[in-house]
Order: sequence, then C-alpha cells, then structure tokens
Amino acid sequence: MFQTLGRYLLLVRLSFRKPEKFSVYWAEVMREMVSIGVGSMGIISIISVFIGAVATIQVAFQLSSPLVPRSIAGSIARDSTILEFSPTISALVLAGRVGSSIASQIGTMRVTEQIDALEIMGVNAPGYLIAPKIIAGITMIPVLVIYSMVLGILGGYIACAVTGTIAPAEYLMGLRDGFNAVIIQVALTKAFVYGFIITSVCAYQGFYTSGGALEVGQSATTGVVYSCIFILFADLIISGAML
Amino acid sequence: MIQINDIYKTFGDNEVLRGITATFEAGKNNLIIGGSGSGKTTLLKCIVGLHEPTKGDVQFDGQQFTAMSFEERVPIRKEIGMLFQNSALFDSMTVEQNIMFPLNLFTNMSTSEKQDRANFCLERVNLKDKNKLFPAELSGGMKKRVGIARAIAMEPKYLFVDEPNSGLDPKTSIVIDELINELTQEYKITTVIVTHDMNSVMGIGDHIIFLHQGQKAWEGTNKEIAHTDNQDVNDFVFASKFTQAAREKL
Repeated sequence: MFQTLGRYLLLVRLSFRKPEKFSVYWAEVMREMVSIGVGSMGIISIISVFIGAVATIQVAFQLSSPLVPRSIAGSIARDSTILEFSPTISALVLAGRVGSSIASQIGTMRVTEQIDALEIMGVNAPGYLIAPKIIAGITMIPVLVIYSMVLGILGGYIACAVTGTIAPAEYLMGLRDGFNAVIIQVALTKAFVYGFIITSVCAYQGFYTSGGALEVGQSATTGVVYSCIFILFADLIISGAML
Repeated sequence: MIQINDIYKTFGDNEVLRGITATFEAGKNNLIIGGSGSGKTTLLKCIVGLHEPTKGDVQFDGQQFTAMSFEERVPIRKEIGMLFQNSALFDSMTVEQNIMFPLNLFTNMSTSEKQDRANFCLERVNLKDKNKLFPAELSGGMKKRVGIARAIAMEPKYLFVDEPNSGLDPKTSIVIDELINELTQEYKITTVIVTHDMNSVMGIGDHIIFLHQGQKAWEGTNKEIAHTDNQDVNDFVFASKFTQAAREKL
C-alpha cells in the first residue's frame, strides 16, 4: 500500500515538472477543459434537475407536522443540494464518465507504446498527459458543481410547481431563509478536491497499465472504484473539518 | 556511433540480458536478431532508456547515456528517432499532426515551416497527400511509413526500429527495409533494427548481432552469416527447408 502511495505521489510530482513548451501544454489544458467541462454538462444537467426535484418532494413529504412551516422544505432542499447532492453525487457520476475515460485513454496509450514514443522523443509523458487533465479537473469540476447547484434548486422549484406538494412561493421563501454562505465554500472545496481525486487517481491507474485490452478495462474499473471510495472519504473529512 | 558495454538486465529472478557488448556504427544498418525471448527488444529498450540496465552502460558518440538524468538525456533524445513494432502513432492526431508533434515541442519553427517539413517527410516515405488522415484510416504498411516519417522529422542521428516487418506482407516488408536502408545511407544515421525477418537480415544486414539466451552468440555481416559454423545461428537462420535450400545455392 505504501509503495502504491509513494508511486502515486511521485507520478503527481513528475506531472508538474516544467513543461517543454508552455503553449503546447496550454492547448492540451484547453482541450481537456472542453472535454471534462462541456462534455459533462448533459449528464450533470439531467441528474441535477431530478435530484433537486426528488429531494424537495421527499423533504416536503416528511414535514407533515402543522407546527413546522412548509417553507422549511425549501431551506432543507437548498442546503442538502448545495452541500451534498451537487458536489458528491455529481463527483460520483463524473468519476464514471470522466475517470473511466482518462484511465482507458492513458492505459491504451501505454499498451500501444504511445507513451514510450513520447518518452523516446524526450517529452515528460506524465506532464504532457496527466497535468492538463488534473488542471482541467480542478477548474471545471467546481464550475460543473455550481451549474449543478443552480439546476438542482431549479428542479426543486419545478417539482413544487408540477406536483403542488408545496406552493412555489413557499419554496422560494424557504430558499432565501437562513442562508449561510459557508455552505458554498464547503461545496466548492469538495468540488476542487474531488476534481483532483478523479483525474489523478484514474490517470495513475491508466499510466501503470500493463498488458492488453483486458488490463485497460481493469484499470478503468479500478480507477473509478478507487475514485468513488476516496471521494466519500474526502466528503467525510471536509464536512467534519469545515462544518 | 553507439557503444554498449557489458549490459545486464534482470526482471525479478529472470536474467534477460547477460553481459552484451557491441558497437553500432553510423551509416550502417545494425541488426539485432535472435529467437523469441532472446532479449532483443529488452536490449533495444535498454539502449534507448525505456529500461534501465541492471549493469553496464550505453554511450551515444562517447556520451554516457545510462548515467544521465531525465533532463540531461533530453538533448540526446532529440537526436533519436524510433519506429515501434505497432507504429505507436498518436490516435487522436492526424498524420500531419503526428509528424509535427516533436517539431511543436522542440523547435521554434513557424506553422508553415513545420507543415513543409511534415510534407517533406511524408514525400520521403511515399505518402504524399495523406496529411489529414487519422491512424485508424491507414493500412499497416502506411502506419509504419508514417512512423518512419515521424521518426525522421527531427533529422535524427540515431534511428531505432523494433520489428519493422511484423504484420506486413513480403512486398511491403521489402519497401520498408529499402526505405530504412536509404535513410541510413543518405543521412549517415546510426540505425539499430530488431528483427527476426530473414529477408531483412540478408537484404540490409550491414552489421548483425545474434542473441541467444540473453547473450551475444555471434556477430558479423549478412555475407558472413550464410557461412558461419555457429550452430545456434544456423538453427535460427536456416530453420526452414526453403532457407536451407537457398543456403546450398549460395
């Protein structure tokens, strides 16, 4: 385990060695940002709207006491969407979409000797292949999480309007009630850490793939599974430390 | 000139290379031949630095390559071109982008200069007007030729070729061999080729080393190999009845 951790840390350090040519690396960062950010907007939109709607309906269902104002459902749905559903559920979905793509892409390059070709040319392969993905992950996943928060809250509003469980006006009142900005900080910290975990863990799995197509598949699966576990650990640690 | 001195390479308990010493001269096709598992590709990877030798050293024109750090190796690596067994072209890039890749990273050429260089390299390997194709759209022989074009883009002093004929039909194999030979002669490149193709051995083998069980068992030229008394070489080179018959006519 310590050997794996050491190898992972060394790979991350190698990834951030001075680039051979900044402009080439910058172009890669932009390409990865489009791939991770724009490429994931569809799936994030769908899950965010549905999770926001379902969270609101379920909270409203549990608040059956006449002593509790119905608007409180808006506050609870807002906090749980911002603190947990948008960052963590999005990250788990992104681990599947982005992480498996990174691990299989780098793993395929390894088994088809494309990484050897880079090294022969004198290119720092971890720097060229992994650093742009990590930079894109830690910048675009927080952006996606903000986007997910907005859509999640919108999903809750749509659920109120369509089902009538709570009046939309009460939901909006609840959204504005007792808002504490620290939850945004917590959510964005989580998103930043998750972005690093997804990209670096899956890149590590891909980079040290050996064998053929079967092993590439195994690397992608292992990368996603480890990313999900580390995301849940990080969730616990960040929530415990910041709330 | 490349000199390798007393190269050993061990993977766990498995000693793959055992004390190989050889000199590869410029302007010659230096062939490393041997049966499967004899250590040919491992030796090639030790020479280019993809594997670190357990013992021994590699010198490129007198420069101690083995002892160098990653950064120190970069100037020598810029002078190395390599054609891989499966070509190792970057899937996400077009033919032209593959050839321009090292130029983008290591030169300050303008885009038009890089395109001119890519066109020149493609013309040199008889693949004019294939610039915009992706590797998936190319045949095996075309991929090899693009691999050669990429390898010569930086005008290398050293060219390494791993199994250039694997997966190719005999006619295309000869085309690839002739191309490598022409480039070696024309640019006075130190070319090291790992192969077990007998047409290549007899056709372009200016200098041949034969590996057997991780050791250098024989060294000579393509003219000498037909008349050697070394039993291991004879068993390898003249394994089929066809080559035995051909030998008798020599």
